[in-house]
Amino acid sequence: MSPSTWEAVIGIEIHAQLLTRTKMFCGCALSFGDPPNTHTCPVCLAHPGALPVVNREAIRLAIIAGHALGCEISGSSVFSRKNYFYPDLPKAYQISQYDQPICGRGRFRYLTEGGEKTLGITRAHLEEDAAKLIHLGGEGRRANADSSVVDFNRGGTPLLEIVTEPELHHGSDAAAFLKQLRQTLVHLGITDGSMEQGSMRADANISIRPVGSTGLGTKTELKNMNSFTYLERGIAAEVERQIGVVESGDVVTQETLHYEPATGHITSLRSKEEAHDYRYFPEPDLVPVVPDRAWVEELRAELPELPIDRRERWIRDLGLTFEDAEVLSEPAELGDYFEQVAALAPPKSAANWVRGDLRAQLRERGQEPWDSEVSPEAVAQIIELVESRAISMPSAKSVLAEVIETGGQPRAIVAEQGLGSIQDESALVAIVDTLIANNPAQAEQLRDGKDKLVGFFVGQAMKATQGRADPERIGQLIRERVAAG
Amino acid sequence: MALTDLTAEQAIAAIVSGQTSSCELVEAHLARTERDVWNSFLAVDRAGALARAREIDALPERPPLAGVPIAIKDALSIRDLPTTAGSRILEGFRPVYTATCVARLEQAGAVVIGKTNMDEFAMGSSCENSAYGPTLNPWDLTRVPGGSSGGSATSVAARQVPWSLGSDTGGSIRQPAALCGIVGLKPTYGAISRYGLIAFASSLDQVGPFARTVRDSALLLQAMVGRDPMDATSLEWPVPILLPDAERLDGVRVGVIEELMGDGIDPGVRAACQTALARVEALGGTLVPIKLPHARYGLATYYLIAPAECSANLARFDGIRYGHRAEDTENLLEHYERTRGEGFGPEVKRRIMLGTFALSSGYYDAYYGQAQRVRTLIIRDFATAFAEVDLVASPTSPTVAFPLGERTSDPLAMYLSDVCTIPISLAGLPSISIPCGLSEGLPVGLQLAGPAFSENRLLAAAHALETAIGFVDRPTGSGE
Repeated sequence: MSPSTWEAVIGIEIHAQLLTRTKMFCGCALSFGDPPNTHTCPVCLAHPGALPVVNREAIRLAIIAGHALGCEISGSSVFSRKNYFYPDLPKAYQISQYDQPICGRGRFRYLTEGGEKTLGITRAHLEEDAAKLIHLGGEGRRANADSSVVDFNRGGTPLLEIVTEPELHHGSDAAAFLKQLRQTLVHLGITDGSMEQGSMRADANISIRPVGSTGLGTKTELKNMNSFTYLERGIAAEVERQIGVVESGDVVTQETLHYEPATGHITSLRSKEEAHDYRYFPEPDLVPVVPDRAWVEELRAELPELPIDRRERWIRDLGLTFEDAEVLSEPAELGDYFEQVAALAPPKSAANWVRGDLRAQLRERGQEPWDSEVSPEAVAQIIELVESRAISMPSAKSVLAEVIETGGQPRAIVAEQGLGSIQDESALVAIVDTLIANNPAQAEQLRDGKDKLVGFFVGQAMKATQGRADPERIGQLIRERVAAG
Repeated sequence: MALTDLTAEQAIAAIVSGQTSSCELVEAHLARTERDVWNSFLAVDRAGALARAREIDALPERPPLAGVPIAIKDALSIRDLPTTAGSRILEGFRPVYTATCVARLEQAGAVVIGKTNMDEFAMGSSCENSAYGPTLNPWDLTRVPGGSSGGSATSVAARQVPWSLGSDTGGSIRQPAALCGIVGLKPTYGAISRYGLIAFASSLDQVGPFARTVRDSALLLQAMVGRDPMDATSLEWPVPILLPDAERLDGVRVGVIEELMGDGIDPGVRAACQTALARVEALGGTLVPIKLPHARYGLATYYLIAPAECSANLARFDGIRYGHRAEDTENLLEHYERTRGEGFGPEVKRRIMLGTFALSSGYYDAYYGQAQRVRTLIIRDFATAFAEVDLVASPTSPTVAFPLGERTSDPLAMYLSDVCTIPISLAGLPSISIPCGLSEGLPVGLQLAGPAFSENRLLAAAHALETAIGFVDRPTGSGE
């Protein structure tokens, strides 16, 4: 059988650190990069007698995320203990949620180049992150380490774990889903979504089956894909591996795998036989979370426009391409800025300017449109000047540079620096005639049909006018005068 | 009268009236504490206690508890004081924070003089499971004081302190109170913050007072009760705790639990309880026989739920952040196995194994799940009973204090010590044990229990009965 006869079945599990001020079950501040063990207390160090107390802000963020994921919000959700021994888990159990998660079934819409798709959400639940183990010596790997130490600063950070249905079939869709999910969660202020720093992590559950079959094959869990590209590549590599296993007459074994992005290698972390029995049971130190119904509805009503809705609206109502919409939607501040320009200028031009010249010029100065001196009105004015042919494109770029530099008004800059297009037809004819006279060889070739040389003359004309000529009109004049000559 | 014979209420009055001072009182009790023939203390804080007493004596106005000394079960965390929970695994451990209930008592003017002995991690009914040797019953030094809060009960019975704190998971306050002839109160689950109480079984653990009078226990409860932001299961207390003073029981209906007055209860214990209960009617109340059909499953239910919870609660003792750590281990697994193997005693290991099994994949529903369902039935039994009666009553312990060593090799016999107290713990109800007479020269406890939040009713009835019973006997088992 060939790979085209196999279908991959993929589900994703996402862990997102929540943007709360304090940890999930104690008052310690969240931190990143602070000296080790400076954000700890008896609760997150699991001292004898210490008890957890649920962070209300984490509940609020989980409910907002649940609304964005299209999930049912549970009227009563329960925390459970997930028991296993490891030095990064001070209580030797993680407080998580098991059979009564805060967010139940849902369906999440995500945008791909081929249009909108949806993915079923199985659940989303709250839990606490483990601490960080640091292995000293032996290249930082546990197996060869001289010793290992623990930094408990991260221990107890609130996590939202989102589990999808196994409904994906391609790594590209998995990546598109994850992109949209990340954008949504970041937009809603639920997580900072940094995959490099590990504040958002994705694992994939992967199996294969013959095309046309509806059963599910044995799945493997692939971990450590800390970018969209790695997720896509990791899935592709694992699907290929599984097809190879099955086609060589073997069976896929249930195991947890580690994807090494640098090499593309997949290695086994543990098999089913080594899997933990987590002995989940309801956390007796906490009472069920019973969010007030009115509050839940209030949070739903307060939900802002989701990134996917915004992008679809831009494509539908403003005529943007998928790519324009994708680029402009990230981060949300860029989208806000674009919308302000698009309210004053043709949206397509607004899109080109905001994602193009404006952003490029500002970036050289380490700025972004929304934190710069350039107002959306100024950008709209430049667009208007260009589109009314009052200034040429090269002039427009200089005007923009000037606006960035001085914060001035585009119209005023055009007037002061005499950047307005040369509107006087006879002046333009004179310039063209001079150029033809000074470049007889090129004029001759053009006359003989070497049309490429129009560009040469336009370039010369722009140089001669410091970019104030309308290149299109110059092109027309060149052709006319050469033919006439 | 010796200072150590004063009840806490009398001692407060004596301090307030200037007859004595906190320093004098603390000194007198320290003297008995330091001559600890009963092995009731694991740590004594002479310097800290006297410093605190001097501070209180220097205040312009006495705080409510006036600098009266108290002893605290070693299961409660107190900043900088050795806290072991009776276990080798916490030997030398000094906490960085103080339990909420202790902090509230200190705030109210109690002076902590030391930490008391207990069964390791509160697992036991005789105080023989302490890693630091058993506590001896002050009525008879060859007998156990009960457990797990045996040290706290003994310290009060032996006049080392007028009152103390214990914790009760399945009877660990009431049963030793009964065996030592004093008052022990287990409040409604959630009445007193568990923050700082080293957990045994979280859904059952509750802190409570030992005292020599019901009014003294009410005073301590008053100072500790109520919501603590550090304990999600603690409760906002609806009404103030009152000091009981009524001597009548007019209109009070007391249900006598039939299942706990028959087989399995020593005749001498039953007789003492029946005599005491007869006084209910003399005081204007009525006795009503009641049934708790599922109470007989209480022990089995308890010995699934409590071990299950403890198997997780005790998992944190891994030798990585504090406590005992095995030396020269080769790898992580060996580190865990040896640290915990060396640190825990046999009863703790037994319960961790039981609980781990009860929660295991494939067994959860048959054991832990089933136990939770039975627990619900027991709760309903009590709800049904309280539709007809105001309080229920039974013996606290089926026997009087038993000889040291008698039950150590037979865990089931030991577990049966709590057969009367466990159903009430499973239902989370407030319950008190008061001394009601002697059998074979040893004290017998009568247990009363009421609906959740009925502490005032419970304390009032206990006080009226206590007054009528007039239990004046005191330990003669020497050590004097």
